[in-house]
Amino acid sequence: MATQQTTTAGRVLVAPSVILLFVWMIVPLVMTLYFSSLRYSLLDPDNVSFVGLQNYTAFLTDPDFLTALYNTLVLVISVLIISVCGGILVALLMDQPVFGQNVLRLMVIAPFFVIPTVSALVWKNLLMNPDSGLFAWIARSLGFDPIVWFTNWPMLSVIVIVSWEWLPFASLILLTALQSLDEEQKEAASLDGAGPISYFGYIVLPHIARAITVVILIETIFLLSVFAEIYVTTAGGPGNATTNIPFLVYKQALLNFDIGGASAGGIIAVILANIVAFFLVRIIGRNLEG
Amino acid sequence: MAMKQSTGKRIGVTVLAWVVAFLIFFPILWTFITSFKSELDAIAMPPKFLFFNWTLENYFAVQERSNYLKFAYNSIVLSIGANVFGLLIAVPAAWSMAFAPGKRTKDLLMWMLSTKMMPAVGALVPIYLLFRDLHLLDSLFGVGVVLLLINLPLLIWMLYTYFKEIPVDILEAARMDGASLLNEILYVLTPMAVPGIASTMLLAVILSWNEAFWTLNLTTSNAAPLPAFIASYSAPEGFFWAKLSAASTLAIAPILILGWFSQKQLVRGLTFGAVK
Amino acid sequence: MGSIQLKSVKKAFGAVSVINGIDLGIENGEFAVFVGPSGCGKSTLLRLIAGLEDVTSGQVLIDGKDATNIGPSKRGLAMVFQSYALYPHMSVRGNIAFALKMAGQGADVIEQKVRKAAATLNLTDYLDRKPRQLSGGQRQRVAIGRAIVREPKAFLFDEPLSNLDAALRVQMRVEIGELHNALKTTMIYVTHDQVEAMTMADKIVVLDRGSVAQVGSPLELYNRPNGLFVAGFIGSPTMNMIRGPSAEKRGAATIGIRPEHADISTTAGEWPATVRLAEHLGSDTFVHAEADGIGPLTLRLEGEAPLHPDQRIFVTPREAHLHKFDKDGKRIG
Repeated sequence: MATQQTTTAGRVLVAPSVILLFVWMIVPLVMTLYFSSLRYSLLDPDNVSFVGLQNYTAFLTDPDFLTALYNTLVLVISVLIISVCGGILVALLMDQPVFGQNVLRLMVIAPFFVIPTVSALVWKNLLMNPDSGLFAWIARSLGFDPIVWFTNWPMLSVIVIVSWEWLPFASLILLTALQSLDEEQKEAASLDGAGPISYFGYIVLPHIARAITVVILIETIFLLSVFAEIYVTTAGGPGNATTNIPFLVYKQALLNFDIGGASAGGIIAVILANIVAFFLVRIIGRNLEG
Repeated sequence: MAMKQSTGKRIGVTVLAWVVAFLIFFPILWTFITSFKSELDAIAMPPKFLFFNWTLENYFAVQERSNYLKFAYNSIVLSIGANVFGLLIAVPAAWSMAFAPGKRTKDLLMWMLSTKMMPAVGALVPIYLLFRDLHLLDSLFGVGVVLLLINLPLLIWMLYTYFKEIPVDILEAARMDGASLLNEILYVLTPMAVPGIASTMLLAVILSWNEAFWTLNLTTSNAAPLPAFIASYSAPEGFFWAKLSAASTLAIAPILILGWFSQKQLVRGLTFGAVK
Repeated sequence: MGSIQLKSVKKAFGAVSVINGIDLGIENGEFAVFVGPSGCGKSTLLRLIAGLEDVTSGQVLIDGKDATNIGPSKRGLAMVFQSYALYPHMSVRGNIAFALKMAGQGADVIEQKVRKAAATLNLTDYLDRKPRQLSGGQRQRVAIGRAIVREPKAFLFDEPLSNLDAALRVQMRVEIGELHNALKTTMIYVTHDQVEAMTMADKIVVLDRGSVAQVGSPLELYNRPNGLFVAGFIGSPTMNMIRGPSAEKRGAATIGIRPEHADISTTAGEWPATVRLAEHLGSDTFVHAEADGIGPLTLRLEGEAPLHPDQRIFVTPREAHLHKFDKDGKRIG
């Protein structure tokens, strides 16, 4: 409901954003697609040739790729399980009438604001170092040998760090969803004699189900691109143990200077993310109706 | 669960909640404490929790040895600069989508959202090469443009959800009062939307401040912001934990404080309005 | 100056036609009221005049000049919105002054005009308050003040009183009427309340499903409604509509008689009826009765009438006040 004038003005005003985003999306994508069909190494930049799908077949049949794909999935799924389950528990706890609720909320949300490189380094050194880290001291105090985290359990270490970063996000969003559960419903359930478990299963879980979906989808988008944490802790190692797809592409491009191969990897990452995005956009889009 | 609870149970739940919150917060607290230790105290076994010689030497050392302020300056310029320019583009776009929607506005919003889901690695190679050829590697301008672009969909979306809450009557009243479109946005919409614009800006600044993919890959020293600065501590050389902690504390403190102020908007922003 | 002409104005939102071709003239200085049930298109028509919506076809003329393609900010009209639409971040002074600022007037002139408007509307003491600190009636006055400082060609009111309580509504109705007498500026007023229309208008435009049902002075509409729709819409309590033999013998499909235009007798009359309820207002008595073979009738008697439920009465319409309608609902005679 508007006049031709406002409609025209609207088009003009939205145009810069649309053009910028379109360029930002399309130009790199087209270039990546183009590069992915070339034999193109920065070490030998004058010798560029068209190789068709060879980069893809090379990338897809490379055992490193399968490892990276596997690592990516392990990382994403583990962190999702930990942060969502943990997030539900934390949110339920914070939703109780406890003393000092506001301060608690601040403490719980804090890790989300920490720069990823900071969290990774703090965990790697101050907490997980096998000689002087706090965990080593706890293990020794309890009479165990300290865990040599990044050597023996590299993937687990990365998972722990990333989960710590994302647990607050899940907690905060689920808490917000929980708090919109109205008091009357709670009281009705208690009058109906619902025990805590059936109360949770029949009332709480359905109520926060959509928030959980949103958390899962948004976290997936970010977790598919975990990079900085690996970059500063394990550099993808030992061996390929913590190399995920973003890190593999980075290695291929900026460490091995293989532009063609890295581009093929980039396209594969885009396809993976799009599968997730497809579902996310639909869910959020449905929400727009309301 | 608002069933009547005994005081005993309430105390039990409170203690449990505090323990959980403390464990989650502990790494940050531990970093903060370690930043006041000498390097020797920092790696002492058993760890020294509170009783050690508190010192500020790490903070001075961080500045002297690695010029912390330069990186902090880059972070500030990038996160604020990119998003101020971002707002200049996003406010008109959000006005348009909220108050002059067309048949395709919804599709456009969803499309903008989907650009946010492009994984950065998909664009790394061409952007890196383009920046190399345009001499934009390690330049504030180059990184700033990338930060602006990756935050633009979020800015538009958040502003859009805030603008939708403003009654269109008031903008129409401005039109009837003879206001041009520019004046309508400048004198009526913007002042009314200040809270929404501020929280949008806040979230965008936080995200830019913490952005660690492009900043690590596109900067080396000149334009490097704090995430890249901290990454330089990953080289395992000597005793550096106290300094790492001091540098980390400096890097996260401002954003932590901003973040605490913006918690409520955060939920809306991060879920694109799907959870309020 | 401020005459407004609509020439075959049509408006459709997509496939839905909201205004089906309206021709209408409003003279300079006239107080015109658009009235009709919700969904009749009256607010849309006002927004078309304001320029907040484009006409799908047809022309809007202001002072004889084609304004169809002129934006709302350039039409020289002022509008008072149902929600008041005050600028919440500006003081009362800022709200009233905004249009003058937009017109680029000097600070002295603005202050002088704001003061004058505030004095007229009893807002002088509130000039530095924000809208949220004002009562509903005060907000309404600010909205009016914002309109009058501009000295517009015409005022457009979009159901301005519907958010006020009943007592305040009567008071504001009087104030707007006085304002019109003082300013002598064209006013177009949209309402769904026929009482507001009857009391305020020089000219009432009754709208029904996007078309003009009838245009006329309040008394013309009251005395000679041109069809069933207007007859039923204007007047309170509503006109009694009677079909069947009583209508047929008068050569009509339907006859209408207003509650105040029938006589009641306890002994004899045309329609025997049973009293269901008598509402004693002091000045009047409203009688709700069930007429045999006809259905419910509402009657209005002056002063006290000693009637009680279940009492048998006889109702006789005054022939001079009888309205006759044909089978299409059109007025006969």
